[in-house]
Amino acid sequence: MSQPIVKLKGLNKWFGDLHVLNDISLEIDPSEVVVFIGASGSGKSTLLRCINFLEEAQKGEIWIKGKEINPYKENLNRVREKIGMVFQHFNLFPHMTVIQNVIEGPVQVAGTSRGKAREEAMELLEQVGLHDKADEYPEMLSGGQKQRVAIARALAMKPELMLFDEPTSALDPELVGEVLNVMKDLAKKGMTMAVVTHEMGFAREVAERVFYMDEGKIIETGTPGEIFDSPQHPRTKKFLSQIL
Amino acid sequence: MAVLEFIKTYSPLFLPAIWITIQLTVLSIILGIVIGLITALAKLTRVKLLNRIADLYITVIRGTPLIVQLSFIYFALPGIGIELSAFVAGSIGLGIHNGAYIAEIFRGGIQSISTGQTEAARSMGMTQGQTMRRIILPQALRRVIPPLGNQFIIALKDSSLAGLITVNEIYMTSRRLGASTYQQMEFYMLAGAFYLILVTLFSVVVQKVEKTLETSKRQSSEIL
Repeated sequence: MSQPIVKLKGLNKWFGDLHVLNDISLEIDPSEVVVFIGASGSGKSTLLRCINFLEEAQKGEIWIKGKEINPYKENLNRVREKIGMVFQHFNLFPHMTVIQNVIEGPVQVAGTSRGKAREEAMELLEQVGLHDKADEYPEMLSGGQKQRVAIARALAMKPELMLFDEPTSALDPELVGEVLNVMKDLAKKGMTMAVVTHEMGFAREVAERVFYMDEGKIIETGTPGEIFDSPQHPRTKKFLSQIL
Repeated sequence: MAVLEFIKTYSPLFLPAIWITIQLTVLSIILGIVIGLITALAKLTRVKLLNRIADLYITVIRGTPLIVQLSFIYFALPGIGIELSAFVAGSIGLGIHNGAYIAEIFRGGIQSISTGQTEAARSMGMTQGQTMRRIILPQALRRVIPPLGNQFIIALKDSSLAGLITVNEIYMTSRRLGASTYQQMEFYMLAGAFYLILVTLFSVVVQKVEKTLETSKRQSSEIL
């Protein structure tokens, strides 16, 4: 079996006195889709943000593709290039059109020529169903469309791992589906994905493994069937009974 | 009418002075923008020494009168061998003065851009410099146009203080002519009128710039 894309070993992080990540160890294999669930404040988002070093863990090891990453020695920009991230609030660049948003990374970071970047960007926009919006500014788009552009923008860097940080939490309910469909598509194409979400339907349908987190700890791990149908830990049971 | 006659006779004498005022203002604004941007970035980096230097500069300049600063550059610096013409001393002094205020305007603009923008840029591998240049500054610059325009108008009026270090700008000229003709009231009113006209023209230009940026400004008003 090939080596995991991500391996975390004994990851710990504190915000002041608050122990937000408590001894997290896990592996994510190529093409695997893992979903993190848990109440807000349980550390899911922080965990995701540690994987691409937007947050710094104080203790523990982060291995990306078989290599331990020391944030003080490694060029983190090179590491981040291959890890796409999609945010709750989209974070599109409002002063750029949709296509400019998508080609910004390839042109500025990867050094792709403008023409080639545009071509690839149009394909990605087609993939997320927004090729007709290429020259619009983000403010003209609905939340769901913005998030699909954000996904295309992340994919433009040809990432080997995609992190989704509550990608549908800021959307009106009727717009959630279109974003989830794009994500399902991506999963089918074999993208390695780590998703923090409250969409249990998505988790059940797409995830290979589900991690339930509480107070900075991974309390329970299993297939969606195991977690949703027969949770073992009382806290998992309580959480699921509250949200389902 | 005597007033019209007065204006007709003496306005031409002001033309060189008006030109000097415009030059002083434009030069001091350009210098102020350059210093302001550098200072704002120095204040926002994580390098403590640069933060301190930027803070010190802003504190000293905002905490002392412009006339003292100008006098220092023109009258005191020759004491240590730095001799500048009145015009150069005035431009530099006004530029350094404007820089402190413009720095704070830029800093506010940069900080008003949500951290999500930085995170999105960094998450795709952009360096800190690229993030600032490509993502943050273009949005921040649009936001600072109105306060910047306001600062430009202040700079225009502040340029009158250069008269006190012998630059022959509008105020100095009115003072000179007023004293030699004993018509102080008329000449100071005339000087005031010229400033009013220049400020009005300036405001129109600033508003034009704001208008043209309005569409794109709406685009950058998306907060999250």
